[in-house]
Amino acid sequence: MRSMMFLLTALAVIGLAVWAYRENYRTQDVISQTEQLQREIGEARSRLAVLRAEWAYLNRPDRLRDLAELNFDRLQLLQLRPDQFGKVDQVSYPPVERIDFDGIVDVSSQPLGEDFP
Amino acid sequence: MIRTPLRPLARILRARDVGENPDAIERENIRLRHEEMRDKARYRAEGRLLVLAVAFLAGFITVGARMGALAFSEAQEPRAGAAGSRIVAQRADIVDRKGRILATNLETHSLYAQPHQMIDKERVAKELVAIFPDLKEERLIKDFTGKRKFLWIKKKISPEQKQAVHDIGDPGLLFGPREMRLYPNGKLAAHVLGGASFGKEDVRAAELIGVAGVEKHFDEALRDPANGGKALTLSIDLTVQAAAERVLYGGMKLMNAKGATSVLMDVHTGEIISLVSLPDFDPNDRPRPPTEGNPSDSPLFNRAVQGLYELGSTFKIFTAAQAMDLGLAHSETMIKTAGPLRWGKFKIRDFRNYGAELSLTKVIVKSSNIGTARLAQVIGAERQQNFLRDLGFFEPTPIELVEAQGADPLLPKKWSELSTMTVSYGHGLSSSPLHLAAGYAAIANGGKRVVPTLLRQDSPQDGARVMSEAAAKESRTMLRKVVTEGTASFGEVPGYAVGGKTGTADKPKERGGGYYEDKVIATFASMFPAHDPKYVLIVTLDEPVETSGPEPRRTAGWTAVPVAAEMIGRVAPLLGMRPEVEPGALAGITLTSN
Repeated sequence: MRSMMFLLTALAVIGLAVWAYRENYRTQDVISQTEQLQREIGEARSRLAVLRAEWAYLNRPDRLRDLAELNFDRLQLLQLRPDQFGKVDQVSYPPVERIDFDGIVDVSSQPLGEDFP
Repeated sequence: MIRTPLRPLARILRARDVGENPDAIERENIRLRHEEMRDKARYRAEGRLLVLAVAFLAGFITVGARMGALAFSEAQEPRAGAAGSRIVAQRADIVDRKGRILATNLETHSLYAQPHQMIDKERVAKELVAIFPDLKEERLIKDFTGKRKFLWIKKKISPEQKQAVHDIGDPGLLFGPREMRLYPNGKLAAHVLGGASFGKEDVRAAELIGVAGVEKHFDEALRDPANGGKALTLSIDLTVQAAAERVLYGGMKLMNAKGATSVLMDVHTGEIISLVSLPDFDPNDRPRPPTEGNPSDSPLFNRAVQGLYELGSTFKIFTAAQAMDLGLAHSETMIKTAGPLRWGKFKIRDFRNYGAELSLTKVIVKSSNIGTARLAQVIGAERQQNFLRDLGFFEPTPIELVEAQGADPLLPKKWSELSTMTVSYGHGLSSSPLHLAAGYAAIANGGKRVVPTLLRQDSPQDGARVMSEAAAKESRTMLRKVVTEGTASFGEVPGYAVGGKTGTADKPKERGGGYYEDKVIATFASMFPAHDPKYVLIVTLDEPVETSGPEPRRTAGWTAVPVAAEMIGRVAPLLGMRPEVEPGALAGITLTSN
């Protein structure tokens, strides 16, 4: 009985040791993976920063103004002036499309010979 | 160890011969031996105690030192923790009120040389000059062939330049990573942003520090890693600022002014929507401060904040507002304007003679110095000082710019009755256009003090009341009349009901001794729409001359007002204000009785 206990304890210790050993390596794996990911995030962020800076640079008011002047023939962009404000009732909305039924709709409750308006 | 025998034979025999008891010798020796044993045991025990004490002491010191180290050191994430904050840039971005970038960082490279590793020094110098034309070839050769082992060639270079230098292929030329500050909009809002430069430098990295403007004022916050790279949001609006700069530049050229400044401020929140000072500079390549000449002529000089000018007649409305607030007058009170008004040797004159008396409204509309001076005499020096102090004219503006702290308004040394009279129409007290904007904002928002700020605010400031709601309303009506029927008739912008006051002040001579005849500061302080003001706009031109007429005109009505009107017409739609019909005065009901 006693030797059985010793054996079981020894086996348990060996098992735990193997588990701990594997956990340790898995943890280290994950850590290096995170570091890799973080490096990538860092690179992506710096790329993003450059793109943002470029976007801001390309959208700087001076350049947009020059572009608007260069392309005036095609775009006819002008500075926003007070007289460009309008009212809703000045907008000519497209006419509401009329729906015409060209035939009699077959509805069972409809009396014969009566049309839809 | 040799033990001393308990009964040494020689002594015992001798004792026997003498007839003494030899046992006494034995007992004596036993006693001595016991004493020796006792001393030894005691010594050992003491030694053990000492070792134990040292061990405990070492233990406590270790624990204490570790605790101290943990308490004093910066908390650090364990290796597995997300080290996100280290990835972000070392200096936070600055954005405008809508999140558009005003300042950001860009990764570039620096170029340095280690001459002792260089192979063909002359060729390297020649090719470097071909890439960077601002370098001097002789100077480079001298540096390379001298004793120096290290020298910076360029602090920041573009990727193309880096490739070109790389193609020289000399092992003595090396690159280091550098983060540089980039202002993508160039000169836009240059005086607000200020600029940045490198602090401590190393081959691998360099510190970026702000040198002026908000960059310096918020330097610590921008560099603080604890902020996690959160952008600093200013109250400036990029498009409005660009439009204001363009209009003001055009106006400055048209009016032959040597400098110009404008301040656009929200009257409820105190936010500065745009702040322009011309001439300006490019913060990407900030010029060095001038070593000679007048510093106020340098493009680095922020006229809106640092420029202290006698702002002239624009101050009259404060006198009028105070008189109405104190109940000394109302808009139709008649005031004597017969001139000249004498005070000792001093005479106060008007631009032209306005007759014997004018109503208070007319005094403002026609801008009568005599009328306001008389009003100020009634108000008195002390009350006038308190009122101007409440409006913020006695201390530097608390705006978030380093330059602002040094701009202390110039007040009369002794506030005599004459000072009271001259200050009432804006002479004898020098303040910045920003001070004036804050003062006008108090009238515009119904009498509450506003502190100008450059940070975006979400709610209106609820400042201390400086004048009654009614006095502020009356003042606004007067300011509106200045535009509709007074000196600022060019200031009318259809749909925006501009109200404002002109001010033309002669420039004082730099060396003292009076004023220039032909140099003025022309100011137009305005608010729009006058019946429910949302914004205050101050436009100041330095030495303007309008030459379209037969003789040059310098008054603000001919110079600053048209520029301000153009600016309002340009900027108001960008602020999302639609032109609206001004609510007319209610038709008066005439009470008749039989």
